[in-house]
Amino acid sequence: MKTSTRFWLLASSILVSLAVLTFLVHYRLIDRYLSRLLMLGAIQSIIALSLNLITGFTGQLSLGQAGFVGIGAYTTAIFTTQGWPFPLALIPSVGFAALAGFLVAWPSLRLRGDYLAIMTLGFGEIIRSLIINLGDLTGGASGFKDIPGFHADGDINRSIGFLWIFLSFILVTVLITNLIRSSHGRAILSVREDEIAARAMGVDIRRVKIGAFALSAALAGWGGALQAPFLNYLAPTSYDFLKSVDIVVILVLGGMGSITGTILAAFGLTLLQEWLRFLGDYRMVIYPLLMILMMLFRPQGLMGGREWSLWNLIARLGGKNREVRHG
Amino acid sequence: MLRVTGLEVSYGSIRAVQGIDFDVREGEIVTLIGANGAGKTSTLHALSGLIPSTGSVELEIDGNRHNLRGIAPDLRVGLGLVQVPEGRRVFGNLSVRDNLLLGAYRRKDDLTKDLENVFRLFPRLKERLNQRSSTLSGGEQQMLAIGRALMSRPRILLLDEPSMGLAPLLVREIFRIIQAINAEGVTILLVEQNAHMALKIAQRAFVLETGKIALSGPADELARSETVKRAYLGG
Ligand SMILES: Nc1ncnc2c1ncn2[C@@H]1O[C@H](COP(=O)(O)OP(=O)(O)OP(=O)(O)O)[C@@H](O)[C@H]1O
Ligand SMILES: [Mg+2]
Repeated sequence: MKTSTRFWLLASSILVSLAVLTFLVHYRLIDRYLSRLLMLGAIQSIIALSLNLITGFTGQLSLGQAGFVGIGAYTTAIFTTQGWPFPLALIPSVGFAALAGFLVAWPSLRLRGDYLAIMTLGFGEIIRSLIINLGDLTGGASGFKDIPGFHADGDINRSIGFLWIFLSFILVTVLITNLIRSSHGRAILSVREDEIAARAMGVDIRRVKIGAFALSAALAGWGGALQAPFLNYLAPTSYDFLKSVDIVVILVLGGMGSITGTILAAFGLTLLQEWLRFLGDYRMVIYPLLMILMMLFRPQGLMGGREWSLWNLIARLGGKNREVRHG
Repeated sequence: MLRVTGLEVSYGSIRAVQGIDFDVREGEIVTLIGANGAGKTSTLHALSGLIPSTGSVELEIDGNRHNLRGIAPDLRVGLGLVQVPEGRRVFGNLSVRDNLLLGAYRRKDDLTKDLENVFRLFPRLKERLNQRSSTLSGGEQQMLAIGRALMSRPRILLLDEPSMGLAPLLVREIFRIIQAINAEGVTILLVEQNAHMALKIAQRAFVLETGKIALSGPADELARSETVKRAYLGG
């Protein structure tokens, strides 16, 4: 099939399904509970994809991703409470998060592996304590309350919120997929694979790392920005070290460097956590248990750096074998 | 084409390269031979700008002279100075195709001819285009590493021990290809421990011993010299 035909086919089927889903949500054919779960899953996917960019594709382990998410969430909360409409508040949210990513990237250029992880962890903790200590702005330890929704009217709020979240999710997925397939993407992967060889091939690894960090932070901030009007309440504990680890867990389960794997794991874990509510506090054992099982039986994660693709499936059924592989 | 004067590389208190002078003329194959730890890789890394060094490195391309002091590695690649690093260092999780395309990372023009050229030199790579490069054999990885470097259209190619760990037959094949690349107008600086083969294809040679140039001259003369025979050619 021609690439342009494929593109239009894919783009139109995605948009049609989005329209149908939004319709179903608006008329409550998908109930409130399920639609909230889907939205949670989509936001988690955005956040996990942002981490995948810096950790899965660029190879820089970040343990402070929740910090960037927090910047996006609180910025949106502050601005929308001031009366800004959500789309406008999205701009400073993503911008501040990107700026923070840019600032973290500089010292990170000299660090790798464990040291980088510890530095990003420190960054996350700084953000958390800023949230707690800037009480006038953020509500401090007791949280940020009464954040306006996507829309003042309840019914419209639900479907507009759904639309915003899923549109964001699709945009972020498309953005990262295209980035990774471009020559910039190859440069990003080469940094993960071998920094010396990358430099010897003419890749400016400083630029790649700074760019990847800033973009990753921006996308994490975007995910956070969606949380504010969606949850209407933000707590500083949602942006601490444990949350950063949760995002790493999604990545590990889905497969580092796999976009479809990350999305699968993000939705999967969100749903699983809900469905297993009857287990009470034993629920907390699931993440670690899943991690252990995964390491034992499938250490490369669900997708193991590969991508699931409808086209490959069709091609395989048709006898041809074509695989997309990113690492 | 390349003139190196007083090049020094230090790692903390270790002086790996202690002020060496050498030059490579346009169209030549020059080899730099020496034992383990003599400072060969350090020298090439310094030429590529991958590690800090002192002294002067001048590159002359098409009559334009460039002082490489302070020039970033990626810009050096852009000028035409490209290295095939020791131990191949292919991007293991990426396909052979992606590895080749990464070699051309800085280029914006059409790559079809260059890919064809690489496949002509290394037909085996063409059959393995979609294969993960870590699954290639050692010899194929060396071919890929050279092919990848060629994709950037080098004017001078720095090769760091391309024969390392290869069977004798394959070593001869790689050396034959290096000669072919040279015949197409690419100047070669070849670092080798396999002095025997290197001296056969090179016009001139420099012998590096613990960070200093111990001997230099036409390759055939060095091949006959008693010191070189004793130290590097096994008697
Ligand atoms: N990163 C480093 N830190 C400290 N010392 C180093 C480093 N890299 C190299 N050296 C030292 O510098 C000296 C020269 O090393 P170099 O790798 O240049 O040798 P070489 O001639 O390429 O050897 P070989 O033939 O074994 O590859 C050695 O003594 C080595 O131990
Ligand atoms: Mg060496």
